[in-house]
Amino acid sequence: MVESRIKITNLNVWFENDQAIKSLNLDVRSNEILGIIGPANSGKTTFLRTLNRLNDIKDEFRMDGEILLDNRDIYKNMDVIMLRKKIGIIFALPIPLPMSIYDNIAYGPKMHGIKKGLMEIVEKSLKASYLWDEVKDRLNESALNLSGGQQQRLCIARSLAVGPEVILFDEPCSGLDPISTAKVEDAMLELKSNYTIILVTNNVKQAARVSDRVAFFLMGELIEIDTTEKIFVRPSDKRTEDYISGKFG
Amino acid sequence: MKKIKEFLIEKIIFISGSLSIVFVVLIFIFLIKEGILFFKYVQFKDFIVGKNWYPISSPAQFGMLPLILGSLLVTLGAMIISIPLGVACALYIAEVVNPKLKDLLKTGVELLAAIPSVVIGFIGMVTLVPLVKNIFHLPTGLTALSGSIMLAFMAMPTIVSIAEDAITVVPRRYKEAALALGATHWQALYRVILVAAAPGIFAAIMLGIGRVIGETMAVMMITGNAAVIPHSFLQPVRTLTATIAAEMGESIRGSNHYYALFAVGIILFIITFIINFIADVFLHRIKK
Repeated sequence: MVESRIKITNLNVWFENDQAIKSLNLDVRSNEILGIIGPANSGKTTFLRTLNRLNDIKDEFRMDGEILLDNRDIYKNMDVIMLRKKIGIIFALPIPLPMSIYDNIAYGPKMHGIKKGLMEIVEKSLKASYLWDEVKDRLNESALNLSGGQQQRLCIARSLAVGPEVILFDEPCSGLDPISTAKVEDAMLELKSNYTIILVTNNVKQAARVSDRVAFFLMGELIEIDTTEKIFVRPSDKRTEDYISGKFG
Repeated sequence: MKKIKEFLIEKIIFISGSLSIVFVVLIFIFLIKEGILFFKYVQFKDFIVGKNWYPISSPAQFGMLPLILGSLLVTLGAMIISIPLGVACALYIAEVVNPKLKDLLKTGVELLAAIPSVVIGFIGMVTLVPLVKNIFHLPTGLTALSGSIMLAFMAMPTIVSIAEDAITVVPRRYKEAALALGATHWQALYRVILVAAAPGIFAAIMLGIGRVIGETMAVMMITGNAAVIPHSFLQPVRTLTATIAAEMGESIRGSNHYYALFAVGIILFIITFIINFIADVFLHRIKK
């Protein structure tokens, strides 16, 4: 029996009157990388942002259904701050905060009241995101001077520093070159042993490279979810096959 | 025909554009030309640090230290009041309030800028001055404190509207990044948004100071105009601006007194120029 970490039951999401996600049922398992693929506007990013309640800041946002993290309803039975500590997110564009590399990483832990051992946290997080060797001698420089790929790995380290259990990646490599992409993917594969990862990507090949299971979203609906091998070798839905083989999307 | 028209329009626009610069330069030259004569009679050092401003006694003494301190004290007081209030107000308008109330508040704050300073001075004179007098049991309510409070009102619109712009242009994703790390709304505001908007907020503060230090009418009406070195906020003071405004009319053209007032004008011009220049540097920094 595989342990399910996040259990989503009958989730619907609206912005004003547009339904972005339609009666979604999905389980996310511990220590897996779940890839989510699908054309633009299929609700992938909305889904991620619903998981750590970032959509809450939009006035037009409405949802019903149930999302359980370790059997607790994240909308009804959990403090939002607590939730966001547990579920980190990496955005499509790297967003280094306008401060030094060190402060970017230490920002989260400091905010949550940690005063001692910040340096260890910074080092550990940077090592986990494969950035340490490149920045260890210039931790006090502005994070804005880093290259795009380095910034993205900095953002990963920043999320790790808060001590999450689940990490959401929202098209983390969309703006990166192949070498930086490879580094971010390496980091993800390494992180899998300690974290549960959900990866939204427009790059079907990337999903194939790193995911354990893949879910295909279309127009706000989950069409199919299965092991990566199955989705790519013999998908059960015609639409999945068409998307993967590049017939649309 | 069309060519001539184009040519003319282009030149007219060019002239209008350059006129403001020409005016500033001309004013500065004029000030220097008139003010410089004063230093034939009085040493620059004595002028700046002299403790007595007795322009019409004989022999006349032109020490502007009391005036400089008067201006600085009133400005300092106004800033202590208006910076926290103004920045808090800007944060509230930019980040907290709901959109409907936001427009109302912005318009309200900007309307504050439309009140003529003589009206502010007048209101201060009949409401604030007696209040200050009664609260602190003073012989007169015409004090630096009264001036500071009224000037704080006049600096608020500048500080609020420019700081609010600076906060609004901070990319929304900074806030999301902070929230995603588990920041509360206030933590995101305080540690990320305020930090990112800092250059703009600083520029807003400098422009507010510029507004306050150059203000004349309101301070002349409610600060008491005593040219003595102030020791507290509860004393009457006289500012650089009020000195020029009050004495220009009664000085004899071509006299030392007349030139001394121009010299005061030069000092004032230099102070406001520096403040505006700093503000400009910071405003350019946020545009990048």
